[in-house]
Amino acid sequence: MELSFGPEYESFRDEVRDFITKHKDQQAPSGAGSDAGKSWQKTLIEAGYTARTIPKEYGGFGAEPDMVKSRIINEEFATARMPGGLGGQGISMLIPTLLELGTDEQKEQFIKPTLHGEMVWCQGYSEPGAGSDLASLRTSAVLDGDEWVINGSKIWTSTAHLAHWMFCLVRTEPDAPKHNGISFLLLRMDTPGIEIRPLVDMTMNANFNEVFFTDVRVPKDQIVGRRGQGWQVANAILGHERDSLADPNASLTRLNSLIDLMKTETLGGERLIDNPLYRERLMKIQGRAMAMRYNDMHVLSSRLNKDQEAPLARMITKLQGTELRHELEALAIDAMGEVGLSFGSNPYLRGGGSWQYQFMYFLGLIIGGGTNQIQKNIISERGLGMPKEPKIEK
Amino acid sequence: MRFGLSEEQTLLADSVTRFLADNVPLDEVRKVASGESSDAAVWQGLTELGVPGLLIPEDHGGVGLGSLDAVVVADCLGANVTPSPFLSSAVIAPTVLVAAGQREDLLGSLAGGEIRIGTAFGEAIGARVDADVKVSGGKLSGKSLFALDTHADHFLVATKGKHVYLVNASDCEVTDLPTVDRTRTTCEIKYNNVAAELISDNPDVFTEALDRARVVMAADTLGAAQHMIDEAVAYAKVREQFNRPIATFQAVKHMCAQMTADLEPCRSMVWYAGHALDNVPEEARLLACHTKAHLAEVGRSVSKTATEVHGGMGFTDLLGLHYWFKRCGFNRQMLGVPELVREEAARIQGLAA
Repeated sequence: MELSFGPEYESFRDEVRDFITKHKDQQAPSGAGSDAGKSWQKTLIEAGYTARTIPKEYGGFGAEPDMVKSRIINEEFATARMPGGLGGQGISMLIPTLLELGTDEQKEQFIKPTLHGEMVWCQGYSEPGAGSDLASLRTSAVLDGDEWVINGSKIWTSTAHLAHWMFCLVRTEPDAPKHNGISFLLLRMDTPGIEIRPLVDMTMNANFNEVFFTDVRVPKDQIVGRRGQGWQVANAILGHERDSLADPNASLTRLNSLIDLMKTETLGGERLIDNPLYRERLMKIQGRAMAMRYNDMHVLSSRLNKDQEAPLARMITKLQGTELRHELEALAIDAMGEVGLSFGSNPYLRGGGSWQYQFMYFLGLIIGGGTNQIQKNIISERGLGMPKEPKIEK
Repeated sequence: MRFGLSEEQTLLADSVTRFLADNVPLDEVRKVASGESSDAAVWQGLTELGVPGLLIPEDHGGVGLGSLDAVVVADCLGANVTPSPFLSSAVIAPTVLVAAGQREDLLGSLAGGEIRIGTAFGEAIGARVDADVKVSGGKLSGKSLFALDTHADHFLVATKGKHVYLVNASDCEVTDLPTVDRTRTTCEIKYNNVAAELISDNPDVFTEALDRARVVMAADTLGAAQHMIDEAVAYAKVREQFNRPIATFQAVKHMCAQMTADLEPCRSMVWYAGHALDNVPEEARLLACHTKAHLAEVGRSVSKTATEVHGGMGFTDLLGLHYWFKRCGFNRQMLGVPELVREEAARIQGLAA
């Protein structure tokens, strides 16, 4: 057990801390695509604290990949509550895909503006009829001369209303087996024939959209990878998304906010932290959150040390992390009793309404990113070597 | 950075596991559990591997290893439901004697497997029924309940004030108290003005031993629960119903996946708790409490679910799966049930009075 990252990394940590001290008044930039956001992004890239490993020629910092340094940056920014760089699916998903599988022209055209917040993306994967069974998607693209003609619809498309571009999966080879008939296309959201309808979720926010395509024409070369390879292109980075849904350190930070809440909220004049029933639930959740934190260290270690493997520790993080977080938020609501119901303009709202919001939002994450039932299939089949269910002949 | 076991620790686990597989199969466990033989032969074998002296410093005749090494061994013992006085003689007793710097002359005999020291800690954690230990003029009176190791030569007895005394078993009236888990023995000890030697009046000594014992028990549960998952998965792959292995049914797969998802983080937690005991003193107490309580919860649900996956066979004595079920149960109840230990976790953080 060697938990230090070593002196080289500790001096890197000091550098990050110096940067944070120097910029301690930095406010979280509001709204996607705001000038403040773009300017902060530029500062972070120049310092090497975001887009760290993206080559300089594409607008990144151009450092060698180093998981430990990335982790130190994340840890220090989180501790100091310093706003990080721009996120979104263009930056987190499309750029890594293009770097791996894009043509030189595509890298040239898309990476830099995406990174600098000039080009905002949405992801068009799921469809009304293709959720857990994503590979059964039916939105079609037919080649007509130099253009793909797209018809169909997508759902759960976050930021579609703000995005300039979409990366999406479409069926181009209807006669091929379902996994081999999909292609990965890039298209402008202002192309004629695209209709966006906001999809209000249970938090009463339109976090998602439905997107409809009617004879949408897209240049032939806006494909990543070859025809029929779209499933492989998308899967090159899907695992990455799953891991990021339930950060155990964020759960522990949230747990501290819950402790603060229980120290200030009262029931019959008694602080909730002094109520043994709620305290017992709090301690139970703390124990689970701690287990997830060490599980995360184990996963990191297995990535850093070639001789170490922890496949199960990785596979269970989305399932356990999202359930844990949902229960953590639920305890805050329960502890507040009827006050915990407060919503919208209610003057008794606590934490800006974040407890109810996150409680529901994490239910969304239990379902999204591969439902937790799909996660259990993955754990049992890939992790434990249990056989797949027999296929039902059509 | 490396979070995990060292090469030496992996080798230690391999050698203990190999010994147990060769010498203490389930048939042997059954014999000890039914009273047909004692755990003395098993303990003798483990002594040859150095297990009783694991935590005893080398200049006292031990191996001089640390808490994480004890965690590694406990994991193996739990996985094999090994009958032995490991918890009392190899973990609690050496920790108390070394921390107190008292009766270190006993350490050599402990390490050599020549004596066994049992422990009666119930009083200091929370007395049950009519347990009551009184000290007056260097003599003990009253009784302890569910003390560890009926076959011990001496007992370390903790009082309500967390003072620890040493008594000779032969001076006391020791009666075996059968529990569901016959792989570790517990007893009632009656003290009738028995000569007692004060080992420590410093509560920290008691607490240090208790923390270590709790982490080691959690590691024992980790091993036992992992074994049950392995058995359940293997059984589901071969057991056929409706013309297919039951492992193809999602209902069964999801039970196995949930057990894995619950237990896998426990491995890292137990490792870190073992590491913290020796290296991160400011975190060790909280970790020990949470690890004991969390593994108790996961141990209970895994041992239930793994039994269910086996269907009716899981419920029988034929398969013997119940030895692991009961092992998890014992580790849950002894030295503080989860509710009690979690309240202690809250107190450590200043969240409870």
